[in-house]
Amino acid sequence: MANTPVYNWPPMNTRKVIGKPLKRLDGPVKASGRAKYGSDKKFPGMLFATYLGSPHAHARVNSIDTSEAEKIPGVRAVHVITGPGKEIQWQGTEVAAVAADTEEIARDAVRRIKVDYEVLPHFVDDANLSAAGSHGKAAGEVVQGDPDKAIQEAEVVSDGTYGIPIVTHCCLEPHGCVISWKGDQVEAWPSTQFVTGWAGTLAPNLKVPAANIHVLQDYIGGGFGSKFAPGAWAEIGAILSQKAGGRPVKIFLERNMELEIAGHRPSAYGNIKIAGKKDGSITAWQSSTWASGGFPGAGSPPLPYVYSNIPNQRRNHVSVSTNIAGSQAWRAPNNQQASFLTCSALEDFAAKAGVDPMEVFRKNLSYTPRAELYGYQLDKAAELSEWKKLWKPRGSQTGALRRGLGMGVNAWGGGGHACTARTTINPDGSVLLEMGTQDLGTGTRTVMVQVAAETLGLQPNQVKLVIGDNHLPPGGSSGGSTTVGGVSSATRKSSMNALYKLFDAVAPAWNVQPEQLEAVDGQIRVKGTPGKSMTWAAACKKIAPGSKIQETGANEQRNPMGLNTAGVGGVQVADVTVDTETGQVRVNRFVAVQDCGLIINPRLAESQCYGGIIMGISTALLEERITDNETGHMLNADMEFYKLAGIRDVGDIVVHLDIREENDKRGVIGLGEPPAIAICAAIGNAVANAIGMRVPHIPMTPMHVLNTLEGRKA
Amino acid sequence: MSSKKEPQSLDKRKAGFSRRGFLGGVGLGAAGTGLLERPAEASPAAVAVSGPGPVPITLTINGKPVNLKVEPRVTLLDAMRNHMEPPLTGAKRVCDRGSCGACTVIMNGKSVYACTVLAIDAQGKRIETIESLPVNNPISTAFVDHDAQQCGYCTPGFVMATKAFLAENPNPTVEQVNHGLGGNLCRCGTYMGIRQAVVQASKAMKGAKQNG
Repeated sequence: MANTPVYNWPPMNTRKVIGKPLKRLDGPVKASGRAKYGSDKKFPGMLFATYLGSPHAHARVNSIDTSEAEKIPGVRAVHVITGPGKEIQWQGTEVAAVAADTEEIARDAVRRIKVDYEVLPHFVDDANLSAAGSHGKAAGEVVQGDPDKAIQEAEVVSDGTYGIPIVTHCCLEPHGCVISWKGDQVEAWPSTQFVTGWAGTLAPNLKVPAANIHVLQDYIGGGFGSKFAPGAWAEIGAILSQKAGGRPVKIFLERNMELEIAGHRPSAYGNIKIAGKKDGSITAWQSSTWASGGFPGAGSPPLPYVYSNIPNQRRNHVSVSTNIAGSQAWRAPNNQQASFLTCSALEDFAAKAGVDPMEVFRKNLSYTPRAELYGYQLDKAAELSEWKKLWKPRGSQTGALRRGLGMGVNAWGGGGHACTARTTINPDGSVLLEMGTQDLGTGTRTVMVQVAAETLGLQPNQVKLVIGDNHLPPGGSSGGSTTVGGVSSATRKSSMNALYKLFDAVAPAWNVQPEQLEAVDGQIRVKGTPGKSMTWAAACKKIAPGSKIQETGANEQRNPMGLNTAGVGGVQVADVTVDTETGQVRVNRFVAVQDCGLIINPRLAESQCYGGIIMGISTALLEERITDNETGHMLNADMEFYKLAGIRDVGDIVVHLDIREENDKRGVIGLGEPPAIAICAAIGNAVANAIGMRVPHIPMTPMHVLNTLEGRKA
Repeated sequence: MSSKKEPQSLDKRKAGFSRRGFLGGVGLGAAGTGLLERPAEASPAAVAVSGPGPVPITLTINGKPVNLKVEPRVTLLDAMRNHMEPPLTGAKRVCDRGSCGACTVIMNGKSVYACTVLAIDAQGKRIETIESLPVNNPISTAFVDHDAQQCGYCTPGFVMATKAFLAENPNPTVEQVNHGLGGNLCRCGTYMGIRQAVVQASKAMKGAKQNG
């Protein structure tokens, strides 16, 4: 009875659960404060740990004395992380940690630790390439075609300087975990984007088998790319626990250290020349860029972004190492920087040529990998933003309040990661779906249940889902917009596999072949034979008593079988008003036209777009890690001065998700990152359009805007 | 409050940033603005000298007395999250400095940041946390209906801020919502849903009042 399913998605017009805007399943538990995050856990005997972070950006530890800390009643474990002789390369480096009965005691103890540092010279000025000296590493020049000739012969050459600073993830739940280590057994409740892989990274550091590290997570308070690895805190927490006889230790970063060391998006700066004709067609690109992701430096953003096939190019890039903690992946790594640098330069070229930038973006589409897609999106974005009516040539406005429109483009992969789902059907009809994955707030739980319910012909509330445990079949890391493609495909497969086993058990009742059966509306029935059907419950009674159907299904990245794919584009338009007297930039409306594949839940997909755009607006208007050149300190390591956008700051947002049958056929494509890419580009261009001058550096704060208007260098 | 407080907080300021120094500083600045209640107005239970060791306190949380022994420097937020058994964790600790609203609770009918209120000063006050609301209360339901949460870490603070806001603005415009909830921050970017959720909740609560 060989009965192997052909994996596919049901046709768009027959779907009962997939494609429906189900409310997120964990909404009520979150919105009522009942959801327990790792940082909410409290176990009997649990200790509270806190750190001593280095106050110096570059130093060597000469000596460290923890004796006063150890004397404090209630202190249960002290651990020196950066001992004598070790070199510190950034402020906030974990020097020592204390676990105590209360957090108050732990903080007191940390203050009593005496460290003698030899302070060394530091370099933190990533915006200033000329000061970088040996901190900069050139990547080597790349030349395509003949850029010199093309620039020489061009009718129009634009030349601009642009900068996008380091911004921090600022996850609301800080990095950390509750962890206990007793004997060779470790149990951890981390805040992580990778439940399945967390133990394997921690194991060698503790010299404990990964199989002995049990990882559990129900909810995570934000990750955005910064919470894949356990981080130093897991190892430190485990050691403190072991020293304290295996008592669980809660070790989460305090907000200042969260902002200093827990992750950030690298900066990018550059001088860019674009050459071309008066009609707006481009002939050459020349860029000299540099970037810093802190101490490890930073890779080169992919330039020119999207318009990658400009025929004549010269590109130089320098990776700058600073005495700042290392970067972490940040919601579309390198793409925001690349989009900002490229689209700013394109807008400046358009202004120089005296051509509507929408036309420049359109006229040069042959240099993009997907001209037809972007062409369609440019039209749609122009329509939704009322571009033709509202756009005015740069510099044509007068008065204190000036309105401007600007645009940007995005591109992203977002296929499905490797992962395995397990579907269990019990004789009583109950269904269990399991995977060692995590729901970052993207809606992973909800889409998994929707796929299983659709496949089995059930209602979502008939599927019980368990995730967040590394003893379950392996999940992937939630990064690269690969989660929804992975979990939906694996769930489809495991649920089809289980259903076909159920068909095997049911088919003899009607003396038909299993492949003649289908599961629809809570029934198993013979296709095309209305009389031959039985309820789901009756069908499941055919499963041998005491037995159950349990099947896995895996998504393979190299062979997604058409269930998921990669590759989306998008066009975004910002409509802003700039107050030229105060420098205040207000977003009136933000339009995002986003390419997508098969959408499992349009409500959640839309939320991903809103979220990416709002995070982008926040970085475009407000966010910047400010590091003092003199002291090497982060000056705004708190949420009063490291500003996130509030509800007042984001304006109106219009999302157009391109849900069409031809896109649906591509399979599932992730959406966490693509809509988050082009916001700095679009807002920066809108400001330039409004005030007639390029504000070279993001964020568009009053200071940067007024400096530009007054001709001052920031 | 404590005369013993000063030397210790000075000592801590030398060594680094201390909560007590921070609150002291804020208290001085805020006394005139009424942002924080003056220590002198705190409950009589906060005697002239207390601490620095743990002192017994009684809080009234969600209508029930809660007896704790905490140091005077412990915030209401940390008292609920770290010292209560079982803990109340709906209020989250995010900025810990009165900037983000994730720890919003309602005290004597007004929304406050629980990270900027000392537990000993919260004695004698009616403290309402999100745990006092049923899971399917009109505000939380509106947040679910409009997908006004993603990771959900800021959401309980928003729900409590909304409750206090609607008590004073039962029929808000979107502009009023933008101002009324400006003291809470979300990192996932759920503001579009929140605007709609607050409007829905205002209608649902008015309906409930009329029916009731």
